[in-house]
Amino acid sequence: MPGVLELSGIQKRFGSVQALRGADFVLADGEVHALLGENGAGKSTLMHVVYGLVQPDEGTLRLRGAERRIGSPRQARALGIGMVHQHFTAVPALTVAENIALAGGWLGHPHDLCRRARSLSERLGLPLNAEERAGRLTVGMKQRLEIVKALAADARVLLLDEPTAVLAPPEADELLAVIRAFADSGGSAVLITHKLDEALRVADRVTVLRHGAVTYAGPVAGESADSLAHAMIGPGTKPNLLAGDARRLPLATVGAALVRIEALELSRESGYGIAVRHGGLKIHGGEIVGVAAVEGNGQRELLRAVAGRTLPLRGRLEVKRPIGFIPEDRTSEGLIPELSLTENITLGLDREAPWVRRGHIDWAHARARTSELLQEFGIVAPGPQASAASLSGGNQQKLILARELSRAPAVLVAENPTRGLDVGAAAAIHARIDAAAAAGAAVLFYSSDLDEVLHLSHRIVVMCRGVLTEVAATASRAEIGSMMLRDMPA
Amino acid sequence: MNRVGWALGAVVLGLGMLVAGLYLTGYDAAAALAALWTGAFGSWYAFTSATLVRAVPLILIGLGIAIAFRGGAFNIGAEGQFYAGAIAATWIGIHLSTQPAWLAIPVLLVGSVVAGAAWVAVPVWLKLRFGVIEVISTLLLNFVGESLVSLLVQGPLQEPSGIYPQSDTIPEVARLPVLQGSRLHAGIFLALAAALVLWYLFQRTLWGFRLRAVGAGPRAAEVSGGVDAQKTGAMALFYSGAMAGLAGGVEVSGVSYALFQNLSPGYGFTGIAVALLGGLNPMGVLLSGTLIAGLEAGAGAMQRDAGIPAVAVYVVEAVIIIVAMLATTPRGGWIKARVVRRIRPVMPRAAT
Amino acid sequence: MDQGAGGPTNPAGHAQGSDIVDALMLAGGFLAAAVRVATPLLFAATGETVTERSGVINLGIEGVMLAGALAAALGATAWGPWGGLGSAAVAGMLASGLFALLAIGARADQIITGTAITLAMVGITGTIYRHAYGAGGAGLSIPTFTALPLPALSSIPLVGPAFFNQPAPTYLAFASLPVVWWVLFRTRVGLALRATGEAAAMARAMGVRTGLLRAGATIVGGAFVGLGGATLVLAQVGTFAERMTAGRGFLAIAIVVLGRWHPAGVALVALLFGLATALQFLFQALGIQAPYQLFLMLPYLLTLLALAGAVGRVRAPSDLGR
Repeated sequence: MPGVLELSGIQKRFGSVQALRGADFVLADGEVHALLGENGAGKSTLMHVVYGLVQPDEGTLRLRGAERRIGSPRQARALGIGMVHQHFTAVPALTVAENIALAGGWLGHPHDLCRRARSLSERLGLPLNAEERAGRLTVGMKQRLEIVKALAADARVLLLDEPTAVLAPPEADELLAVIRAFADSGGSAVLITHKLDEALRVADRVTVLRHGAVTYAGPVAGESADSLAHAMIGPGTKPNLLAGDARRLPLATVGAALVRIEALELSRESGYGIAVRHGGLKIHGGEIVGVAAVEGNGQRELLRAVAGRTLPLRGRLEVKRPIGFIPEDRTSEGLIPELSLTENITLGLDREAPWVRRGHIDWAHARARTSELLQEFGIVAPGPQASAASLSGGNQQKLILARELSRAPAVLVAENPTRGLDVGAAAAIHARIDAAAAAGAAVLFYSSDLDEVLHLSHRIVVMCRGVLTEVAATASRAEIGSMMLRDMPA
Repeated sequence: MNRVGWALGAVVLGLGMLVAGLYLTGYDAAAALAALWTGAFGSWYAFTSATLVRAVPLILIGLGIAIAFRGGAFNIGAEGQFYAGAIAATWIGIHLSTQPAWLAIPVLLVGSVVAGAAWVAVPVWLKLRFGVIEVISTLLLNFVGESLVSLLVQGPLQEPSGIYPQSDTIPEVARLPVLQGSRLHAGIFLALAAALVLWYLFQRTLWGFRLRAVGAGPRAAEVSGGVDAQKTGAMALFYSGAMAGLAGGVEVSGVSYALFQNLSPGYGFTGIAVALLGGLNPMGVLLSGTLIAGLEAGAGAMQRDAGIPAVAVYVVEAVIIIVAMLATTPRGGWIKARVVRRIRPVMPRAAT
Repeated sequence: MDQGAGGPTNPAGHAQGSDIVDALMLAGGFLAAAVRVATPLLFAATGETVTERSGVINLGIEGVMLAGALAAALGATAWGPWGGLGSAAVAGMLASGLFALLAIGARADQIITGTAITLAMVGITGTIYRHAYGAGGAGLSIPTFTALPLPALSSIPLVGPAFFNQPAPTYLAFASLPVVWWVLFRTRVGLALRATGEAAAMARAMGVRTGLLRAGATIVGGAFVGLGGATLVLAQVGTFAERMTAGRGFLAIAIVVLGRWHPAGVALVALLFGLATALQFLFQALGIQAPYQLFLMLPYLLTLLALAGAVGRVRAPSDLGR
């Protein structure tokens, strides 16, 4: 019996990277199918083929038995396939109703569109305020909007790419319940995720990808986290980022307090962030403090204030210099892709000798030092004069880290330091952060991946609605999750 | 194919389009090209008195625009800043007839620099305080500048007899020395010196590095480099205006010796072409300024000798701007993918 | 510049009652001149509004307007005034189509491309003009639009002559405003267009063909801009001269900003600029001596002032220029 969707032998190459090697995938009616794999395993690429964003080099796609070539998202939606992406795709300046109308290709008077949008969202169990500007929604609401948009075009096949990545545990549960209900009503859903427990909980069947090839495909029943992890990562590698409650213990001995925050108040960075309303914290040398928070709760403002990039409105903020800062967005905030590696390293270090003497930059010294750093941090690059754009994501992140750590910072602040990196690169970054802490630095970091926060931090603080709260050493993952959501509107 | 290759290619393409256009409209393309060459580089006199004389303001303005673009600011108002400098130079020059030349000329030039910077101060302030995009504000002030010149030369600054819409001529002491037997004045050394100084500043100094960083990646320069992108962009605008004002002063002191309407045949806009074609590089600007000056000098000859409207040379300039810009656009649309990438080897880009 | 429908001066000796009538006629004439002057600006600004709503800023409209003006001159000579209008629209679309090809198709920088297009159009129109009309150029006879008084409406004091006794292009310009509004805010295409201007990447992810929409908006805008140039030739000056647009295209961009990218706002601002320029004629008619350059400078200075004050409240389409 043919499945709703059948992919066989899909090959796709991007430049020199083979993203998919003959992957097969079968989706049946009324099922939730989890697509598991590490970052870079090819899960998103495979689904992009289904949604028409990517054309396979080889292989076939069958929709309800008929072979097809889906050339664009338009075509995909006409065929009843909807996709909910990792990043929000609503237009912030338009209202919820306008966004839904745009996505669904609806015609009509604004009042009708509003009504239609509202009834659709209620029918799906995801009520939304149709008149609100999409940019003002909270993260959870934005996620709802994404799903309603996908279903507005009468999708029967729903592809969800890491939908719970930015959601706290209770919101994630809610979302998974909606997906389950969708499948139970006859639709089919593909859940792309790297979170094993999600797959085990809500999926009927699972396909595991590793390096672009399928390592396991079958029912979820009977599988365990270990067996799935084995299929994801392969034998012999202890997975770094498994779900679970394994946590670091707070350090027994620490250095002096290098970061002191008392009754801090900050204004919000953008129109959609949340101001820090009440913060108090001390970070000592040698400690790694992680911030657990749902995106948009003030952690970005906090970290940037500690890093000295913004000034507080009120309160006391004492941070020992020098400060190293790893911003979230490598290519637009951490590096200047057009410039050379040497120039990027010089950025921010150009304040004192031997880099700068009487307004002149000593390029010879800069080049030499850059070469040293490339060696020391294991950065793969043609040379110090290569452009930063030519490095891979992992190497770019290493470069930024190399620059910041070469100042021997007393305090290191990092935003999502391993976002978008594969396991190997992420592990290397973690090792560097550990080393920095061991050398006496106070480390403050934030990750939208709760597991990363759990594994890397000696102490954890939760930020919720701009309020900073420290978490007890014995708190469980679930407890932390609910703390992240306290005070959130329903 | 590197930068120089692209620059040359742009010029060739521009000329090619001119030839094609002329051919289609029934003009004698060969005669046009011949006249163009003769008028620009055909003789020592042509080279010095037609081309180089035009090159001086183009280079100065081009350098200023290169500074602005590098700093991430769009100065489209060089025309108005040029006039501001010319007005200041004229007024100062007229009032310095009793001073010795070694004093009069520098004072006049400094005055024009200050006037140019002052003219761009309003857009700078609007940008810093209100976030007004400088493209619009600098553009508008161009028209104000032109009107101001018109007003002054028919009013307060008009020459004594009151007949002609132009100012009195500036005294001998305020005029730049001229090369014997030509119209080329000492301003050419100023342009050369400015280019060299700027090259040095860009390559070796902290200021130049920060400017380049802000232009290439403003967010990163701010977050990781601790540079204030807004202030850097504003300062770049200031220097840009100052250079354009200087160009105006040099033009008055070296060529026209007086102020009148249409003193600038569009130097402010042509300067953009010069800056782009020169790759925003001071040394490149020296060359591209000379080249485009030659084009415009030759255009005059083209009109006189071959009867082809001089204004056609703007089309050549436009093509040059476009090709030079396409060659440096980092992202590429489908045109770039089909045409440009075939010629240029693609940089190895890793997967993100 | 056209003298417009200037009012009569009041020779000494008239009775008081007719002074009021004269004043009204003067004012009406002044308003009529203002509307007339404003029409090319209105056309151009309406077109640029559509373009900018899709996220594209076209600095080339100064050149596009010029292209439209020349096309109108040539077209009218061959096919009469309406033929001139049609030619201008086509020329506008071609010129802005070139801009679209570069700025959208090749993703070149919009500001630089626009500057280049303006330069190119000055050169092209100048060359063609000289080729067609020789070096002398003055005293072309081009069939123009005459004022078309609308019955009954044009007799309303003050407002009548101003708005209802104008050449056809003015009526066209004002009639197009509600159409543009309706398309932008009440149709699916308009919604997709606005989405593209606000967040092109997001719109693309929703299946909107952003490149096509932007190109379309630019070309449609260009047609309007071309009509603006035509109005200048066929309903104001009566002939073509090199660089006759004299910065009106750039001014239109400022009008779009001041008018908050909305057809109604743009119309209001265009009228305001028409008023400012028509002040010149009024002062002349009243015999007030003032250096005319001040009037020329007035619109630009007003814009700068307003930009400084207005920007805080004004929000451009978020993806404009990217």
